[in-house]
Amino acid sequence: MIWVDQIIQGVLLGGYYALIACGLSFMFGVMRIVNLAHGSFAVLAAFGLWELASRFGVSPFLGLIAILPAMAAVGWVLQRFVLERSVRGGPLVPLLSTFGLAIMLDNLLFERYGADTRSLAPYLGTLSYDSWTLTDEISIGKLAVLIFVAAILLLGGLQFFLSYSQLGRAIRATAADPDTVGLLGIDAGRVNAAATALAMVTTGLAGAFMAMRTTFSPYAGAPQLIFAFEAAVIGGAGSLWGTLGGGILLGVAQSIGAEINPQGFLIAGHLVFFLVLFARLATNGALGRYLRRRSP
Amino acid sequence: MRRLAVEHLAVRHGLLHAVRDVSLHLDQGEVVALVGANGAGKTTLLRAIAGAHAPSGGRIWFDGADVTLIPSHRRVALGIALVPEGRRLFAQMSVEDNLRLARSAGRAGRWTLDSVMAAFPQLPPLRPMRAGTLSGGQQQAVAIARALLTNPEILLLDEVSLGLSPLAVDQLYASLQTLVATGTTIILVEQDLNRALGVADRVICMLEGRIVLEGPAAEMDRDRVMGAYFGVDRPTAERAP
Repeated sequence: MIWVDQIIQGVLLGGYYALIACGLSFMFGVMRIVNLAHGSFAVLAAFGLWELASRFGVSPFLGLIAILPAMAAVGWVLQRFVLERSVRGGPLVPLLSTFGLAIMLDNLLFERYGADTRSLAPYLGTLSYDSWTLTDEISIGKLAVLIFVAAILLLGGLQFFLSYSQLGRAIRATAADPDTVGLLGIDAGRVNAAATALAMVTTGLAGAFMAMRTTFSPYAGAPQLIFAFEAAVIGGAGSLWGTLGGGILLGVAQSIGAEINPQGFLIAGHLVFFLVLFARLATNGALGRYLRRRSP
Repeated sequence: MRRLAVEHLAVRHGLLHAVRDVSLHLDQGEVVALVGANGAGKTTLLRAIAGAHAPSGGRIWFDGADVTLIPSHRRVALGIALVPEGRRLFAQMSVEDNLRLARSAGRAGRWTLDSVMAAFPQLPPLRPMRAGTLSGGQQQAVAIARALLTNPEILLLDEVSLGLSPLAVDQLYASLQTLVATGTTIILVEQDLNRALGVADRVICMLEGRIVLEGPAAEMDRDRVMGAYFGVDRPTAERAP
Protein backbone atom coordinates (compact mmCIF):
# COMPACT_ATOMS: atom_id res chain seq x y z
CA MET A 1 0.00 0.00 0.00
CA ILE A 2 2.90 2.32 0.72
CA TRP A 3 4.01 1.94 -2.93
CA VAL A 4 0.56 2.84 -4.22
CA ASP A 5 0.67 5.89 -1.98
CA GLN A 6 4.11 6.87 -3.28
CA ILE A 7 3.00 6.51 -6.88
CA ILE A 8 -0.11 8.66 -6.28
CA GLN A 9 1.97 11.33 -4.53
CA GLY A 10 4.54 11.06 -7.32
CA VAL A 11 1.91 11.64 -9.99
CA LEU A 12 0.64 14.71 -8.15
CA LEU A 13 4.21 16.01 -7.75
CA GLY A 14 4.64 15.37 -11.48
CA GLY A 15 1.82 17.80 -12.15
CA TYR A 16 3.90 20.51 -10.51
CA TYR A 17 6.97 19.56 -12.55
CA ALA A 18 4.91 19.65 -15.74
CA LEU A 19 3.70 23.11 -14.78
CA ILE A 20 7.20 24.44 -14.20
CA ALA A 21 8.44 22.75 -17.40
CA CYS A 22 5.57 24.09 -19.53
CA GLY A 23 7.06 27.51 -20.32
CA LEU A 24 10.52 26.09 -20.94
CA SER A 25 9.21 23.39 -23.26
CA PHE A 26 6.95 25.85 -25.08
CA MET A 27 9.75 28.32 -25.74
CA PHE A 28 12.08 25.60 -26.93
CA GLY A 29 9.42 24.03 -29.14
CA VAL A 30 8.32 27.29 -30.70
CA MET A 31 11.42 29.44 -30.85
CA ARG A 32 14.25 26.94 -30.34
CA ILE A 33 15.40 29.02 -27.40
CA VAL A 34 16.49 27.41 -24.14
CA ASN A 35 15.67 30.02 -21.55
CA LEU A 36 18.14 29.49 -18.70
CA ALA A 37 16.50 32.32 -16.74
CA HIS A 38 13.27 30.31 -16.62
CA GLY A 39 13.60 29.29 -12.96
CA SER A 40 14.65 32.79 -11.92
CA PHE A 41 11.56 34.29 -13.58
CA ALA A 42 9.40 31.82 -11.65
CA VAL A 43 11.05 33.00 -8.44
CA LEU A 44 10.55 36.63 -9.50
CA ALA A 45 6.81 36.00 -9.86
CA ALA A 46 6.81 34.28 -6.45
CA PHE A 47 8.38 37.35 -4.82
CA GLY A 48 5.83 39.55 -6.55
CA LEU A 49 3.01 37.53 -5.03
CA TRP A 50 4.75 37.49 -1.64
CA GLU A 51 5.03 41.30 -1.70
CA LEU A 52 1.32 41.63 -2.45
CA ALA A 53 0.40 39.11 0.24
CA SER A 54 2.70 40.32 3.03
CA ARG A 55 2.26 44.06 2.46
CA PHE A 56 -1.33 44.35 1.40
CA GLY A 57 -2.81 41.05 2.56
CA VAL A 58 -3.79 40.08 -0.98
CA SER A 59 -4.51 36.36 -1.33
CA PRO A 60 -1.94 34.73 -3.66
CA PHE A 61 -4.77 33.58 -5.96
CA LEU A 62 -6.08 37.14 -6.29
CA GLY A 63 -2.51 38.38 -6.64
CA LEU A 64 -2.19 36.34 -9.84
CA ILE A 65 -4.59 38.78 -11.50
CA ALA A 66 -1.86 41.42 -11.20
CA ILE A 67 1.24 39.25 -11.46
CA LEU A 68 0.36 37.20 -14.56
CA PRO A 69 -0.18 40.25 -16.83
CA ALA A 70 3.04 41.70 -15.39
CA MET A 71 4.83 38.46 -16.35
CA ALA A 72 3.36 38.72 -19.86
CA ALA A 73 4.82 42.22 -20.12
CA VAL A 74 8.17 40.89 -18.88
CA GLY A 75 8.03 38.20 -21.59
CA TRP A 76 7.27 40.75 -24.30
CA VAL A 77 10.19 42.95 -23.24
CA LEU A 78 12.47 39.91 -22.87
CA GLN A 79 11.76 38.81 -26.45
CA ARG A 80 11.95 42.26 -28.05
CA PHE A 81 15.04 43.54 -26.26
CA VAL A 82 17.06 40.44 -25.35
CA LEU A 83 16.12 37.26 -27.24
CA GLU A 84 15.35 38.79 -30.65
CA ARG A 85 18.76 40.44 -30.66
CA SER A 86 20.59 37.40 -29.27
CA VAL A 87 19.07 34.99 -31.78
CA ARG A 88 20.65 36.99 -34.60
CA GLY A 89 24.04 36.14 -33.11
CA GLY A 90 23.54 32.39 -33.50
CA PRO A 91 22.08 29.62 -31.35
CA LEU A 92 24.62 29.95 -28.53
CA VAL A 93 24.04 33.63 -27.78
CA PRO A 94 20.47 33.29 -26.37
CA LEU A 95 21.82 30.59 -24.05
CA LEU A 96 24.51 32.96 -22.79
CA SER A 97 22.26 36.00 -22.54
CA THR A 98 19.55 34.14 -20.56
CA PHE A 99 22.28 32.65 -18.34
CA GLY A 100 23.54 36.16 -17.64
CA LEU A 101 20.00 37.33 -17.06
CA ALA A 102 19.47 34.54 -14.51
CA ILE A 103 22.58 35.59 -12.56
CA MET A 104 21.45 39.21 -12.65
CA LEU A 105 17.91 38.43 -11.49
CA ASP A 106 19.06 36.11 -8.71
CA ASN A 107 21.48 38.67 -7.33
CA LEU A 108 19.08 41.60 -7.63
CA LEU A 109 16.54 39.55 -5.66
CA PHE A 110 19.25 38.71 -3.13
CA GLU A 111 20.10 42.41 -2.76
CA ARG A 112 16.46 43.18 -2.07
CA TYR A 113 15.33 40.19 0.02
CA GLY A 114 18.48 38.63 1.49
CA ALA A 115 18.96 34.93 2.12
CA ASP A 116 15.77 34.31 4.13
CA THR A 117 13.47 31.62 2.82
CA ARG A 118 9.83 32.55 2.43
CA SER A 119 6.61 30.83 1.47
CA LEU A 120 3.12 31.76 0.37
CA ALA A 121 1.70 28.90 2.45
CA PRO A 122 0.85 31.15 5.44
CA TYR A 123 -1.43 33.21 3.19
CA LEU A 124 -3.47 30.26 1.94
CA GLY A 125 -5.46 29.54 5.09
CA THR A 126 -6.05 25.84 5.58
CA LEU A 127 -5.43 24.95 1.92
CA SER A 128 -1.71 24.45 2.54
CA TYR A 129 -2.31 21.43 4.80
CA ASP A 130 -5.88 20.30 3.98
CA SER A 131 -6.23 16.85 2.48
CA TRP A 132 -8.74 14.30 1.31
CA THR A 133 -8.57 10.86 2.92
CA LEU A 134 -8.82 8.12 0.31
CA THR A 135 -8.18 5.08 2.52
CA ASP A 136 -6.82 4.65 6.02
CA GLU A 137 -3.32 4.79 4.69
CA ILE A 138 -3.60 7.17 1.73
CA SER A 139 -4.60 10.78 1.76
CA ILE A 140 -3.89 13.43 -0.87
CA GLY A 141 -3.23 17.10 -0.29
CA LYS A 142 -5.82 19.51 -1.67
CA LEU A 143 -3.12 21.89 -2.87
CA ALA A 144 -1.30 19.06 -4.68
CA VAL A 145 -4.53 18.09 -6.45
CA LEU A 146 -5.19 21.70 -7.33
CA ILE A 147 -1.72 22.02 -8.85
CA PHE A 148 -2.17 18.79 -10.80
CA VAL A 149 -5.52 19.92 -12.21
CA ALA A 150 -4.01 23.32 -13.06
CA ALA A 151 -1.19 21.59 -14.94
CA ILE A 152 -3.60 19.53 -17.04
CA LEU A 153 -5.80 22.55 -17.78
CA LEU A 154 -2.81 24.73 -18.67
CA LEU A 155 -1.07 22.20 -20.93
CA GLY A 156 -4.35 21.14 -22.52
CA GLY A 157 -5.47 24.71 -22.99
CA LEU A 158 -2.13 25.66 -24.53
CA GLN A 159 -2.28 22.68 -26.89
CA PHE A 160 -5.85 23.61 -27.90
CA PHE A 161 -4.80 27.23 -28.40
CA LEU A 162 -1.86 26.22 -30.62
CA SER A 163 -4.02 23.88 -32.70
CA TYR A 164 -7.14 25.93 -33.28
CA SER A 165 -6.57 29.66 -32.77
CA GLN A 166 -5.20 31.98 -35.46
CA LEU A 167 -2.40 33.21 -33.17
CA GLY A 168 -1.61 29.57 -32.32
CA ARG A 169 -1.32 28.73 -36.03
CA ALA A 170 0.84 31.81 -36.54
CA ILE A 171 3.10 30.73 -33.65
CA ARG A 172 3.58 27.26 -35.15
CA ALA A 173 4.16 28.65 -38.64
CA THR A 174 6.63 31.27 -37.41
CA ALA A 175 8.57 28.54 -35.60
CA ALA A 176 8.83 26.60 -38.86
CA ASP A 177 9.62 29.44 -41.29
CA PRO A 178 9.76 33.05 -40.03
CA ASP A 179 10.58 34.38 -43.51
CA THR A 180 7.50 32.93 -45.19
CA VAL A 181 4.96 34.03 -42.56
CA GLY A 182 5.84 37.61 -43.52
CA LEU A 183 4.54 36.87 -47.02
CA LEU A 184 1.18 35.96 -45.46
CA GLY A 185 0.87 39.20 -43.54
CA ILE A 186 2.18 37.89 -40.21
CA ASP A 187 4.70 39.97 -38.25
CA ALA A 188 7.12 37.30 -37.03
CA GLY A 189 8.59 39.62 -34.38
CA ARG A 190 5.18 40.27 -32.82
CA VAL A 191 4.24 36.59 -32.93
CA ASN A 192 7.44 35.60 -31.13
CA ALA A 193 6.92 38.36 -28.57
CA ALA A 194 3.36 37.10 -27.95
CA ALA A 195 4.65 33.53 -27.62
CA THR A 196 7.29 34.59 -25.08
CA ALA A 197 4.68 36.59 -23.17
CA LEU A 198 2.52 33.46 -23.03
CA ALA A 199 5.46 31.33 -21.88
CA MET A 200 6.17 33.84 -19.10
CA VAL A 201 2.53 33.70 -17.94
CA THR A 202 2.87 29.93 -17.49
CA THR A 203 6.20 30.52 -15.71
CA GLY A 204 4.52 33.00 -13.38
CA LEU A 205 1.81 30.47 -12.58
CA ALA A 206 4.44 27.81 -11.91
CA GLY A 207 6.30 30.24 -9.62
CA ALA A 208 3.09 30.89 -7.70
CA PHE A 209 2.47 27.20 -7.08
CA MET A 210 6.12 26.63 -6.17
CA ALA A 211 5.82 29.33 -3.52
CA MET A 212 2.54 27.89 -2.21
CA ARG A 213 3.71 24.29 -1.86
CA THR A 214 7.19 24.95 -0.52
CA THR A 215 9.65 27.64 0.54
CA PHE A 216 11.72 29.77 -1.79
CA SER A 217 14.64 32.15 -1.66
CA PRO A 218 16.38 34.39 -4.24
CA TYR A 219 18.55 31.49 -5.40
CA ALA A 220 15.69 28.97 -5.70
CA GLY A 221 15.56 29.45 -9.49
CA ALA A 222 18.35 27.07 -10.47
CA PRO A 223 16.93 23.90 -8.81
CA GLN A 224 13.53 24.69 -10.36
CA LEU A 225 15.22 25.05 -13.75
CA ILE A 226 16.80 21.60 -13.36
CA PHE A 227 13.45 19.91 -12.60
CA ALA A 228 11.79 21.79 -15.45
CA PHE A 229 14.60 20.83 -17.78
CA GLU A 230 14.40 17.16 -16.80
CA ALA A 231 10.62 17.00 -17.19
CA ALA A 232 10.81 18.72 -20.59
CA VAL A 233 13.58 16.47 -21.88
CA ILE A 234 11.99 13.23 -20.61
CA GLY A 235 8.75 14.21 -22.30
CA GLY A 236 10.44 15.19 -25.54
CA ALA A 237 11.24 18.91 -25.66
CA GLY A 238 8.59 20.95 -27.38
CA SER A 239 5.74 18.46 -26.99
CA LEU A 240 3.22 19.75 -24.44
CA TRP A 241 1.48 16.45 -23.61
CA GLY A 242 4.93 14.84 -23.53
CA THR A 243 5.93 17.44 -20.95
CA LEU A 244 3.03 16.36 -18.73
CA GLY A 245 4.11 12.73 -19.10
CA GLY A 246 7.73 13.70 -18.43
CA GLY A 247 6.78 15.60 -15.29
CA ILE A 248 4.75 12.67 -13.97
CA LEU A 249 7.54 10.19 -14.71
CA LEU A 250 10.03 12.42 -12.89
CA GLY A 251 7.69 12.86 -9.91
CA VAL A 252 6.96 9.14 -9.61
CA ALA A 253 10.67 8.28 -9.89
CA GLN A 254 11.54 10.72 -7.12
CA SER A 255 8.78 9.45 -4.82
CA ILE A 256 9.74 5.83 -5.32
CA GLY A 257 13.42 6.72 -4.88
CA ALA A 258 12.61 8.42 -1.58
CA GLU A 259 10.74 5.32 -0.40
CA ILE A 260 13.68 3.05 -1.19
CA ASN A 261 16.07 5.32 0.66
CA PRO A 262 15.43 8.73 2.23
CA GLN A 263 18.44 10.02 0.26
CA GLY A 264 17.12 8.58 -2.99
CA PHE A 265 14.68 11.36 -3.88
CA LEU A 266 16.90 13.42 -6.19
CA ILE A 267 19.16 10.67 -7.41
CA ALA A 268 16.25 8.53 -8.66
CA GLY A 269 14.91 11.49 -10.65
CA HIS A 270 18.28 12.20 -12.23
CA LEU A 271 18.75 8.50 -12.97
CA VAL A 272 15.45 8.28 -14.87
CA PHE A 273 16.37 11.44 -16.74
CA PHE A 274 19.67 9.97 -17.87
CA LEU A 275 18.09 6.62 -18.74
CA VAL A 276 15.50 8.31 -20.96
CA LEU A 277 18.11 10.55 -22.52
CA PHE A 278 20.40 7.59 -23.20
CA ALA A 279 17.56 5.46 -24.59
CA ARG A 280 16.56 8.28 -26.94
CA LEU A 281 20.11 8.83 -28.13
CA ALA A 282 20.53 5.10 -28.63
CA THR A 283 17.35 4.75 -30.69
CA ASN A 284 17.49 7.75 -32.99
CA GLY A 285 20.54 9.88 -32.28
CA ALA A 286 24.14 9.78 -33.38
CA LEU A 287 24.79 7.01 -30.84
CA GLY A 288 22.06 4.88 -32.45
CA ARG A 289 23.64 5.26 -35.86
CA TYR A 290 27.01 4.36 -34.37
CA LEU A 291 25.67 1.24 -32.63
CA ARG A 292 23.82 0.11 -35.74
CA ARG A 293 26.95 0.46 -37.81
CA ARG A 294 28.92 -1.60 -35.25
CA SER A 295 26.38 -4.45 -35.24
CA PRO A 296 25.21 -5.05 -38.80
CA MET B 1 -4.38 52.62 -63.53
CA ARG B 2 -0.75 52.26 -62.47
CA ARG B 3 -0.47 49.47 -59.88
CA LEU B 4 3.24 48.97 -59.44
CA ALA B 5 6.29 50.96 -60.40
CA VAL B 6 9.88 49.94 -59.76
CA GLU B 7 12.52 52.62 -60.26
CA HIS B 8 16.25 51.95 -60.59
CA LEU B 9 16.03 49.05 -58.15
CA ALA B 10 19.26 47.44 -56.97
CA VAL B 11 19.39 44.37 -54.73
CA ARG B 12 22.46 42.61 -53.44
CA HIS B 13 23.24 39.29 -51.82
CA GLY B 14 26.37 40.30 -49.98
CA LEU B 15 28.87 41.20 -52.68
CA LEU B 16 26.75 39.80 -55.49
CA HIS B 17 24.66 42.36 -57.36
CA ALA B 18 21.60 40.21 -58.08
CA VAL B 19 19.44 43.04 -59.45
CA ARG B 20 20.99 46.13 -61.06
CA ASP B 21 19.15 49.31 -61.95
CA VAL B 22 15.85 47.64 -62.83
CA SER B 23 12.85 49.82 -63.68
CA LEU B 24 9.46 48.43 -64.63
CA HIS B 25 5.79 49.20 -64.16
CA LEU B 26 2.50 47.33 -64.20
CA ASP B 27 -1.00 48.60 -64.85
CA GLN B 28 -4.15 47.18 -63.26
CA GLY B 29 -5.08 43.81 -64.81
CA GLU B 30 -1.80 43.38 -66.69
CA VAL B 31 -0.08 40.02 -66.84
CA VAL B 32 3.69 40.28 -67.22
CA ALA B 33 5.97 37.31 -67.79
CA LEU B 34 9.47 37.63 -66.37
CA VAL B 35 11.90 35.34 -68.15
CA GLY B 36 15.63 34.81 -68.02
CA ALA B 37 18.28 32.21 -67.30
CA ASN B 38 19.02 30.88 -63.81
CA GLY B 39 20.71 33.54 -61.74
CA ALA B 40 19.36 36.41 -63.86
CA GLY B 41 17.80 37.99 -60.74
CA LYS B 42 14.12 37.15 -61.33
CA THR B 43 13.48 35.59 -57.92
CA THR B 44 15.42 38.34 -56.13
CA LEU B 45 13.40 40.99 -57.99
CA LEU B 46 10.10 39.37 -56.97
CA ARG B 47 11.25 38.98 -53.36
CA ALA B 48 12.29 42.63 -53.26
CA ILE B 49 8.87 43.68 -54.58
CA ALA B 50 7.20 41.49 -51.92
CA GLY B 51 9.42 42.98 -49.22
CA ALA B 52 11.19 39.74 -48.33
CA HIS B 53 14.56 41.15 -49.40
CA ALA B 54 15.66 44.72 -48.70
CA PRO B 55 16.93 46.60 -51.76
CA SER B 56 20.25 48.47 -51.64
CA GLY B 57 19.00 51.22 -53.93
CA GLY B 58 16.02 52.46 -55.93
CA ARG B 59 12.33 52.81 -55.13
CA ILE B 60 9.21 50.65 -55.27
CA TRP B 61 5.83 52.33 -55.65
CA PHE B 62 2.54 50.55 -55.12
CA ASP B 63 -0.75 52.30 -55.87
CA GLY B 64 1.09 55.63 -55.81
CA ALA B 65 2.67 55.08 -52.37
CA ASP B 66 6.36 54.50 -51.72
CA VAL B 67 6.63 51.02 -50.16
CA THR B 68 10.41 50.61 -50.44
CA LEU B 69 10.97 50.54 -46.68
CA ILE B 70 7.77 48.74 -45.67
CA PRO B 71 8.29 45.18 -44.31
CA SER B 72 6.76 42.20 -46.08
CA HIS B 73 3.88 41.56 -43.68
CA ARG B 74 2.59 45.12 -44.20
CA ARG B 75 2.96 44.90 -47.97
CA VAL B 76 0.67 41.86 -47.90
CA ALA B 77 -1.87 44.00 -46.07
CA LEU B 78 -1.57 46.55 -48.90
CA GLY B 79 -2.24 43.83 -51.48
CA ILE B 80 1.09 42.42 -52.71
CA ALA B 81 1.25 38.61 -52.53
CA LEU B 82 4.15 36.36 -53.49
CA VAL B 83 3.95 32.65 -54.23
CA PRO B 84 7.56 31.87 -53.38
CA GLU B 85 9.86 29.62 -55.33
CA GLY B 86 9.77 26.11 -53.88
CA ARG B 87 6.25 26.76 -52.51
CA ARG B 88 7.41 27.17 -48.90
CA LEU B 89 4.36 25.53 -47.31
CA PHE B 90 4.36 24.72 -43.61
CA ALA B 91 4.99 21.01 -44.07
CA GLN B 92 3.95 19.90 -40.58
CA MET B 93 0.63 21.75 -40.71
CA SER B 94 -2.57 20.70 -42.43
CA VAL B 95 -3.59 22.16 -45.78
CA GLU B 96 -6.48 23.89 -44.05
CA ASP B 97 -4.19 25.49 -41.43
CA ASN B 98 -1.82 26.61 -44.20
CA LEU B 99 -4.73 28.32 -45.93
CA ARG B 100 -6.22 29.81 -42.77
CA LEU B 101 -2.89 31.49 -41.98
CA ALA B 102 -3.42 33.80 -44.95
CA ARG B 103 -6.34 35.41 -43.13
CA SER B 104 -3.73 37.22 -41.00
CA ALA B 105 -3.32 39.64 -43.91
CA GLY B 106 -6.67 41.06 -42.85
CA ARG B 107 -7.88 41.66 -46.40
CA ALA B 108 -11.47 40.81 -47.24
CA GLY B 109 -12.46 40.16 -50.83
CA ARG B 110 -13.74 37.63 -53.26
CA TRP B 111 -11.31 34.91 -52.13
CA THR B 112 -12.53 32.96 -49.13
CA LEU B 113 -11.83 29.40 -48.05
CA ASP B 114 -14.94 28.32 -49.96
CA SER B 115 -14.18 30.23 -53.16
CA VAL B 116 -10.60 28.94 -53.44
CA MET B 117 -11.87 25.40 -52.85
CA ALA B 118 -14.24 25.95 -55.78
CA ALA B 119 -11.48 27.45 -57.96
CA PHE B 120 -9.02 24.61 -57.27
CA PRO B 121 -11.11 21.42 -57.47
CA GLN B 122 -8.19 19.27 -56.31
CA LEU B 123 -8.07 21.04 -52.93
CA PRO B 124 -11.21 19.99 -50.98
CA PRO B 125 -10.19 16.34 -50.43
CA LEU B 126 -6.73 17.48 -49.26
CA ARG B 127 -7.96 19.81 -46.49
CA PRO B 128 -7.06 17.64 -43.46
CA MET B 129 -3.79 16.31 -44.91
CA ARG B 130 -0.34 17.46 -43.86
CA ALA B 131 1.05 19.82 -46.50
CA GLY B 132 4.38 17.97 -46.52
CA THR B 133 2.76 14.74 -47.70
CA LEU B 134 1.25 16.22 -50.89
CA SER B 135 2.60 15.86 -54.43
CA GLY B 136 4.39 18.81 -56.02
CA GLY B 137 1.36 19.83 -58.08
CA GLN B 138 -0.95 19.65 -55.08
CA GLN B 139 1.50 21.68 -53.00
CA GLN B 140 1.70 24.32 -55.71
CA ALA B 141 -2.09 24.58 -55.81
CA VAL B 142 -2.09 25.08 -52.02
CA ALA B 143 0.65 27.72 -52.28
CA ILE B 144 -1.29 29.69 -54.91
CA ALA B 145 -4.57 29.31 -53.01
CA ARG B 146 -2.80 30.53 -49.86
CA ALA B 147 -1.54 33.64 -51.65
CA LEU B 148 -5.00 34.28 -53.15
CA LEU B 149 -6.59 34.13 -49.68
CA THR B 150 -4.72 37.33 -48.81
CA ASN B 151 -6.93 38.85 -51.58
CA PRO B 152 -4.02 40.52 -53.36
CA GLU B 153 -4.18 43.41 -55.84
CA ILE B 154 -1.05 42.03 -57.45
CA LEU B 155 0.10 38.42 -57.46
CA LEU B 156 3.77 37.48 -57.92
CA LEU B 157 4.22 33.88 -59.09
CA ASP B 158 7.75 32.50 -58.87
CA GLU B 159 8.46 29.37 -60.93
CA VAL B 160 5.08 27.85 -60.20
CA SER B 161 5.51 25.01 -62.70
CA LEU B 162 8.99 23.99 -61.50
CA GLY B 163 9.23 20.28 -60.82
CA LEU B 164 5.63 19.51 -61.74
CA SER B 165 4.41 16.81 -64.13
CA PRO B 166 3.16 18.10 -67.53
CA LEU B 167 -0.38 17.21 -66.50
CA ALA B 168 -0.08 19.19 -63.24
CA VAL B 169 1.29 22.16 -65.20
CA ASP B 170 -1.73 22.03 -67.55
CA GLN B 171 -4.07 22.03 -64.55
CA LEU B 172 -2.16 24.91 -62.99
CA TYR B 173 -2.32 27.05 -66.12
CA ALA B 174 -6.04 26.34 -66.48
CA SER B 175 -6.45 27.80 -62.96
CA LEU B 176 -4.22 30.74 -63.87
CA GLN B 177 -6.36 31.52 -66.91
CA THR B 178 -9.40 31.87 -64.63
CA LEU B 179 -7.37 34.22 -62.43
CA VAL B 180 -6.35 36.29 -65.44
CA ALA B 181 -10.00 36.44 -66.51
CA THR B 182 -10.93 37.97 -63.13
CA GLY B 183 -8.58 40.88 -63.82
CA THR B 184 -5.86 40.03 -61.29
CA THR B 185 -2.57 41.83 -61.93
CA ILE B 186 0.18 39.22 -62.20
CA ILE B 187 3.95 39.00 -62.56
CA LEU B 188 4.86 35.48 -63.60
CA VAL B 189 8.34 33.96 -63.56
CA GLU B 190 8.33 31.02 -65.93
CA GLN B 191 11.05 28.89 -67.53
CA ASP B 192 8.77 27.55 -70.26
CA LEU B 193 8.82 30.33 -72.86
CA ASN B 194 5.78 29.12 -74.80
CA ARG B 195 3.65 29.01 -71.66
CA ALA B 196 4.89 32.46 -70.65
CA LEU B 197 4.14 33.98 -74.06
CA GLY B 198 0.74 32.25 -74.09
CA VAL B 199 -0.57 33.74 -70.85
CA ALA B 200 1.17 37.13 -70.63
CA ASP B 201 0.33 40.54 -72.12
CA ARG B 202 3.93 41.67 -71.86
CA VAL B 203 7.29 39.95 -71.56
CA ILE B 204 10.34 41.19 -69.65
CA CYS B 205 13.61 39.35 -70.11
CA MET B 206 16.41 39.66 -67.54
CA LEU B 207 20.07 38.87 -67.93
CA GLU B 208 22.67 39.19 -65.16
CA GLY B 209 20.45 41.41 -63.03
CA ARG B 210 19.36 43.80 -65.80
CA ILE B 211 16.35 44.05 -68.07
CA VAL B 212 17.60 43.36 -71.58
CA LEU B 213 14.32 43.03 -73.49
CA GLU B 214 10.80 44.23 -72.86
CA GLY B 215 7.71 44.32 -75.07
CA PRO B 216 4.17 43.11 -75.76
CA ALA B 217 3.94 39.31 -75.84
CA ALA B 218 2.15 39.43 -79.17
CA GLU B 219 5.16 41.10 -80.84
CA MET B 220 7.69 38.70 -79.34
CA ASP B 221 8.92 35.72 -81.23
CA ARG B 222 10.85 32.89 -79.68
CA ASP B 223 14.13 33.71 -81.37
CA ARG B 224 14.20 37.30 -80.19
CA VAL B 225 13.53 36.29 -76.60
CA MET B 226 16.05 33.46 -76.76
CA GLY B 227 18.69 35.90 -78.00
CA ALA B 228 18.10 38.19 -75.05
CA TYR B 229 17.80 35.21 -72.71
CA PHE B 230 21.31 33.98 -73.43
CA GLY B 231 22.79 37.41 -74.16
CA VAL B 232 23.90 36.49 -77.71
CA ASP B 233 22.98 39.94 -79.07
CA ARG B 234 25.06 41.66 -76.48
CA PRO B 235 28.20 43.31 -77.81
CA THR B 236 31.17 41.99 -75.83
CA ALA B 237 34.89 42.53 -76.09
CA GLU B 238 35.48 38.93 -77.14
CA ARG B 239 33.07 39.08 -80.04
CA ALA B 240 34.06 42.53 -81.24
CA PRO B 241 35.23 42.36 -84.87
